[in-house]
Amino acid sequence: MTFLAKPKIHHPSLPVNALGFTRRDYEGPVSTLCAGCGHDSISAAVIQAFFELAVPPHRVAKLSGIGCSSKTPTYFLGQSHGFNTVHGRMPSVLTGANLANRSLLYLGVSGDGDSASIGLGQFAHLMRRNVDMTYLVENNGVYGLTKGQFSATADKGSRSKRGAANDDEPIDLVMMALTLGASYVARGFSGDKDQLVPLIVGAVRHKGAALIDVVSPCVAFNNHPGSTKSYDYVRAHNEAVNRLDFMPERAPITTSQAPGETRDIVMHDGSTMRLKRLDAEYDPSDKVGAMAYLESHRARGVVVTGLLYVAENASDMHDALQTVDAPLNQLPDAELVPGSAALAGINASLR
Amino acid sequence: MTMRGLARTNDFVVKFANVNGSGSASANALFAKAILRMGVPVAARNIFPSNIQGMPTWYEVRIVEAGWRGRRGGVDLMVAMNPETWKADVTEIEPGGYLLYDATRPLAAGRARADVTAIGVPLTHLCQEAFADPRQRQLFKNIAYLGSLSHLLSIEAEVVESMLSEQYKGKAPLLDANRKAFRLGYDWSSEHLAPLGLRVERRDRVGDRIFVDGNSAAALGAVYGGATVCAWYPITPSTSLAEAFQRYCRKLRVDKATGRHRYAIVQAEDELASIGMVVGAGWNGARAFTATSGPGISLMQEFIGLAYFAEIPAVLFDVQRGSPSTGMPTKTQQADVLSAAYASHGDTKHPLLFPEDPTEAFEMGALAFDLADRLQTPVFVMLDLDIGMQDWLTEPFRWDDSRTLDRGKLMTAEELEAGRDFGRYLDVDGDGIPFRTVPGTHPRRGAYFTRGTSKDRYARYTEEGPAYVDNMQRLLRKFETAKSLVPGPVIETATQPARAAVVWYGSTGAPMAESLAVLADQGVHLDRMRIRAFPFADAIPEFIAAHDHVFVVEQNRDAQLRALLLNECGIAPDKLIPVLHYDGNPLTARHIESEIGEKARALGLVRGRPAVAAD
Repeated sequence: MTFLAKPKIHHPSLPVNALGFTRRDYEGPVSTLCAGCGHDSISAAVIQAFFELAVPPHRVAKLSGIGCSSKTPTYFLGQSHGFNTVHGRMPSVLTGANLANRSLLYLGVSGDGDSASIGLGQFAHLMRRNVDMTYLVENNGVYGLTKGQFSATADKGSRSKRGAANDDEPIDLVMMALTLGASYVARGFSGDKDQLVPLIVGAVRHKGAALIDVVSPCVAFNNHPGSTKSYDYVRAHNEAVNRLDFMPERAPITTSQAPGETRDIVMHDGSTMRLKRLDAEYDPSDKVGAMAYLESHRARGVVVTGLLYVAENASDMHDALQTVDAPLNQLPDAELVPGSAALAGINASLR
Repeated sequence: MTMRGLARTNDFVVKFANVNGSGSASANALFAKAILRMGVPVAARNIFPSNIQGMPTWYEVRIVEAGWRGRRGGVDLMVAMNPETWKADVTEIEPGGYLLYDATRPLAAGRARADVTAIGVPLTHLCQEAFADPRQRQLFKNIAYLGSLSHLLSIEAEVVESMLSEQYKGKAPLLDANRKAFRLGYDWSSEHLAPLGLRVERRDRVGDRIFVDGNSAAALGAVYGGATVCAWYPITPSTSLAEAFQRYCRKLRVDKATGRHRYAIVQAEDELASIGMVVGAGWNGARAFTATSGPGISLMQEFIGLAYFAEIPAVLFDVQRGSPSTGMPTKTQQADVLSAAYASHGDTKHPLLFPEDPTEAFEMGALAFDLADRLQTPVFVMLDLDIGMQDWLTEPFRWDDSRTLDRGKLMTAEELEAGRDFGRYLDVDGDGIPFRTVPGTHPRRGAYFTRGTSKDRYARYTEEGPAYVDNMQRLLRKFETAKSLVPGPVIETATQPARAAVVWYGSTGAPMAESLAVLADQGVHLDRMRIRAFPFADAIPEFIAAHDHVFVVEQNRDAQLRALLLNECGIAPDKLIPVLHYDGNPLTARHIESEIGEKARALGLVRGRPAVAAD
């Protein structure tokens, strides 16, 4: 357990965001995960990202499946409604919630077992439908709560804590999301919060399905030599292709850097995010190129991180369904119930 | 032609034996509707295989001035258009009955029956002569036999022709071709054949009733019940319910100014995702439903338990079919009663509604959403293939415009702002139903974490025994509250004092009134109770307690409603006598009469001298 006292007092000197909220307003109760768990770092990044985003916490709905990762929504955004659904089925529940009220922000939190094994089908279909949401996979390659079985994202040849090698090919959720039509795809590392926070901010601002696969070492069962999801391994093999930065709205776009080194991305909400290229050849708007790059690096054991693909001006499920702007859960009776006159016409057509 | 055949007016059965995909369905529907337009009630049923093209299919129309709704059993006129099923079709005809066949090729010796009048019409030949297009030659054979039947059964030709005009309004070439085909059969038959002893005579016995299938009715009920989210996966026999919802929404729920939709329909990847979306939408305050059948209910079990335990409104239309496993997808049964009532692992119970016909499918289709919101739990509307996919002559749909949607105990932002205590699982007034909030209600109050794990009254995770038991007991109180909210039973007493009674539910009601009239003639007098919902209202065990013997009629092997009654009401098992029918075909009055009659005689329940029909 992470023992960290959190008094409910706001220190007057705490920094506030544009809405006057402090970082504490985006926190939740104390985590019950293992000390040093990568997932706690991701929770901290989520808190930081929503603080930076300056959204009212109650306008966020956080949903998860089952597993260590799916426990984490308890530990952030305490003023938001949360839903710990059933194993592998967060995507369908979130899809339904989104259908009911398109005006909230949706954060889905899942793990590698939850999304790549039992929930692979629902993961795939959510991406296909381009549900407007941020999909965080806290990926440690292992089942923690049941004590150390391989998950479907474990690399072939990776060794368990007891020394057994994994014989099966891994499922790469990033690659799947790309082929299935996700319009914002990123990979992060729980050990690199500076990289992760802007990726989350970008995902929330993006319209459509946004996946962030976060490699998040399990200190209890998958942080040993021979594992490809340990802190040491990922640090040694992490290659960031770019770094995303969010810019305060209306900030002047500086041109001090050489062309090609940065690219500004206009997000759905009108804000701009700046992408700094670390690998000059990597173009996150080129899906086919991205897939080739990722696959060739994966073959060499390299963990490629950063904003891997983004389609600007993407549409979402509500566009396809042509739903009204007003949330469906707020339509008054008069807009839902056609009344007796319409029914008389229907009766007449059935005689 | 001399006929020694059956002579009946407005009381006979016509059955069409066709090949699936041959275009017979619309001609057969016109036949049924023409008789309704003449003011004579019909009970019509499609009997079809799980197939798109090539397999046998039947359409049975019972012309019944008395207004009985069930199948009678037996056939008086067989329209035998499928050589493959010829033998069985001919066998099914009642002695003295009729056989209409395509006489383009002569009937081989021994192919008909001595006690059946065979009537040949050269349908193929007539259509070959009249139409050039091969597809039309095939299709219009159906309309041509409709023409023949119009003459043979004295169905007013003008009625059929005016229906054709309505159906092909604005499509002149199609209308002309259909008229021509109809006249082809009608004129040839008028010239060569005398009308049969089976006659349709104009009456005024249909009134303002409508002719509609239960799936359409239930879907329309969902529109009127305020449903905005439908997530479904195609499965026979429920598919047409989701499709009808789409059809009615396009008509009734499109914003005229913008063309945008006040509804969302998602065809999910499977039944797990369907119910997951329904649960997500219900959690978020939209009225949501899925339509499925038995195999779908099996797949949805885990989510149903979550919705029960986390207390999330959801509506499931279960259009039951022949089970178990894939079973008989295009046959009817009431075989999901137990799997729906106790769906999911652990101690769970769910309200079930049992509509008896499309009219009630509409009413309960709307009511289910009020109940789900009020009780914050999954509610099942238990249709079956017989109600769902057959057209029924049924009372028109009615709606009271003063009615408002009951959203149940939803705590508002104003109440939260005023400091009202909010405990998501806190029973504030003893009915077992807590208040809920939907996401985004209030900036600082009312948020909580929804979970399938155990929790205390304030939605905090706990594995403490007393808190768990407290919650489970409250769920029982809530189910007790549901007893007074769901539709109660419909009870009728026999014309003579009776110590025995009969209980039924759903589509089993169709032949029941007729059976009971016949049984009464035989001296078997039974009080009757139609159960409309689970949990069972107090009136249900009280009714059973007031009788010595109670027949429970249902369409499954294991007497599932009987089992539910025994389990929930503490009734002595001997008292409830199962009367079962589960071959997948709709029940007939004859079946019920003989089953109950036999058991009643064995129990000494026959009073007086049974009236025997004159021979």
